[in-house]
Amino acid sequence: MSVQVITGNHAAGYALSTAGEANRTARGTACGIYPITPQTEIVEYVAKFPFSKGRVVPVESEHSAMGVTIGASIAGARAFTASSSNGLAYMTENIMVAGYYRLPIVMVGVNRTMGPPWNIWADQGDTLMLRDFPWLQFYCEDNQEVLDTTLLAFRLAEDNRILLPVLTCMDAFIVSHTQMETTMPAQDDVDRYLPDLDLPHRMHYDEVRTMGGLAWPHEGLSMRLEIDEAMKRVPDVYQECRQSFKDVFGRDPGDVIQTFETDDAERILVATGTMATTAREVVRKRRAAGEKIGLVKLKMFRPFPEAALREACQSARRVAVLDRNYAAGLGGVFWQDTRAAFQGHRDDLLIQNYLTGLCGEDVTPTVIDQILADLAAREGAGDPEWMGIDAGKETLQ
Amino acid sequence: MNATAPLQQTEKCLLRPGNTNCGGCGMSVGLTMLGRALDAADDSCSLVIPACCGIVTAGAYPTTSYGVPTIAATFASSPAFASGYASVRDLNDEPGQVVCWAGDGGTYDIGLATLSAAAERNENIIYICYDNEIYGNTGGQRSSATPAGARTTTTPTGKAECKKDIMSIMAAHGIPYAATLSMAHPEDFARKMATALSIEGMRFLLIHSPCPTGWKSEAEDSIELVRIAVASGLFPVYEVFDGARYKISIEPDGTDPAEYYRRQRRFKDDEIDLDETRRLCAEKMRRLEVLAQHYPP
Repeated sequence: MSVQVITGNHAAGYALSTAGEANRTARGTACGIYPITPQTEIVEYVAKFPFSKGRVVPVESEHSAMGVTIGASIAGARAFTASSSNGLAYMTENIMVAGYYRLPIVMVGVNRTMGPPWNIWADQGDTLMLRDFPWLQFYCEDNQEVLDTTLLAFRLAEDNRILLPVLTCMDAFIVSHTQMETTMPAQDDVDRYLPDLDLPHRMHYDEVRTMGGLAWPHEGLSMRLEIDEAMKRVPDVYQECRQSFKDVFGRDPGDVIQTFETDDAERILVATGTMATTAREVVRKRRAAGEKIGLVKLKMFRPFPEAALREACQSARRVAVLDRNYAAGLGGVFWQDTRAAFQGHRDDLLIQNYLTGLCGEDVTPTVIDQILADLAAREGAGDPEWMGIDAGKETLQ
Repeated sequence: MNATAPLQQTEKCLLRPGNTNCGGCGMSVGLTMLGRALDAADDSCSLVIPACCGIVTAGAYPTTSYGVPTIAATFASSPAFASGYASVRDLNDEPGQVVCWAGDGGTYDIGLATLSAAAERNENIIYICYDNEIYGNTGGQRSSATPAGARTTTTPTGKAECKKDIMSIMAAHGIPYAATLSMAHPEDFARKMATALSIEGMRFLLIHSPCPTGWKSEAEDSIELVRIAVASGLFPVYEVFDGARYKISIEPDGTDPAEYYRRQRRFKDDEIDLDETRRLCAEKMRRLEVLAQHYPP
């Protein structure tokens, strides 16, 4: 174990590589990689890692990056990759296949705005586009969380009760390119945390079986139901993986929902990624001034932690959902799922959506203050509020 | 009826009896011949099959018409899936070939970039394209392998463009072995399969694969049609080693290509410029002859 000052991408690359290396005593590791800003340093890190039993294949597209990763996973290797933005869009067909093949692939997604217009800055619309696929999704706010969650992702994905791929996400540049003090686990500890992968449905070279051919509707339906059952087991299995993580590394990788000052909070901010960091500081400051406000950070997005979210917001009268994404024609993605979580449970709760930080706009403490002021003043919930749009509007005119 | 003996034989088959492929299907012949070549070489394989008739061949879950491990890949991805799968095979020193079995749509069109990249990396896989010159699985649409003049559901008045020369493209990658195979010449076919099995790295085999359903031809004509294609120079049968050295396997014998067109209702007589076709065939054969003469194996 050592403490180093590294970027979020470095943290992700380290986690992916040491996880792959940990499988050297089993079937090894292999993956396809492809560059795209701002995740390129992750695949560069993986490409230069001296695997004892591994192959990193630099391919010609994201679609093939996931294709190679799928092939490696089907053969029983520990497999992973990383991508971002339009790259994820190009990869999408194979991302879907990885999920329906029940392959425990781990992918790091660096959240970048989808183009056009061309834009390399933070926006979560890319990974949220994948929300209906059978993938688990986690959103991280700093480098340590990226590293820890990526390691935990392998343990969770490879658990025979789950067997689903996991996406670990971080905000472009704000995390991916910012250097922070990060505790780096030793390879020995990663070896202890991640046992040899023994994928139950891996393809053996001498068996007679066809994977992915035609299945009739009733069989397809049953396979979908099995995915749903696995998704429902995630919250419990996550806690087991979290406890083992603490046992091995002596550090808490964090819960699927993280609350701050919510016990008696009347107004609660629901936020993800680095927005949660900023929101936490605002809450801390305003709590000192006596305001009853709190923060819920959603770390896990799929499966959506409905029960935990309801419990975290018990004292709240008003909830602001901050979305660094926009689902065209509706509003923020986290807002939609938050509303659905409370529907029929807390019809008295005012849930308001704030679209903020889209296309890489900064979410500053001032923006959070504006959101809290609007939340306090409004008579009822309304359409999503677009924050910080004045400057852009001026240029467009 | 003795049920035991045929069953043992069935389990050994790469393509098992009882599949629902069309009568006269060239792909079925190709799969059978691949199985025989593997048996003869005491080798085995895993199949990676993208969207095409080849994956429909497997039949419905949980049964399969394939007697070998078979993985369905997305349309453009069979060389990528195979690259990852074969990498892990090699990391674990396991036996068996990894064979991509793809139609012309998955090869010439949607999968070309993936195939090119796998070839450029010299992946240790065998890529076999059974080229029936059509999107057969979807009911017969044009691909870039469809020859000029052929009517398909998306070229209702006949295709205006010529067939893409995929062999030149693959050879240009400098891969260890690329060859065209005709099931009208089974000894040559078997020999090339054996050659491919004996080589490491990227191997590309192109099979001219008759499709009575798409070609609007008679099932019993399938072998005769591909025989005429070779004899007339429409489908040159040759090998390219390391992308540099050429060998013509079967010389055309001067057969006129007219018969090839006449026997398929995808072509209309008045829409085929036979003189131009004869000229193009001769030109292509001449080019190959020059290459084979100056750059022999």
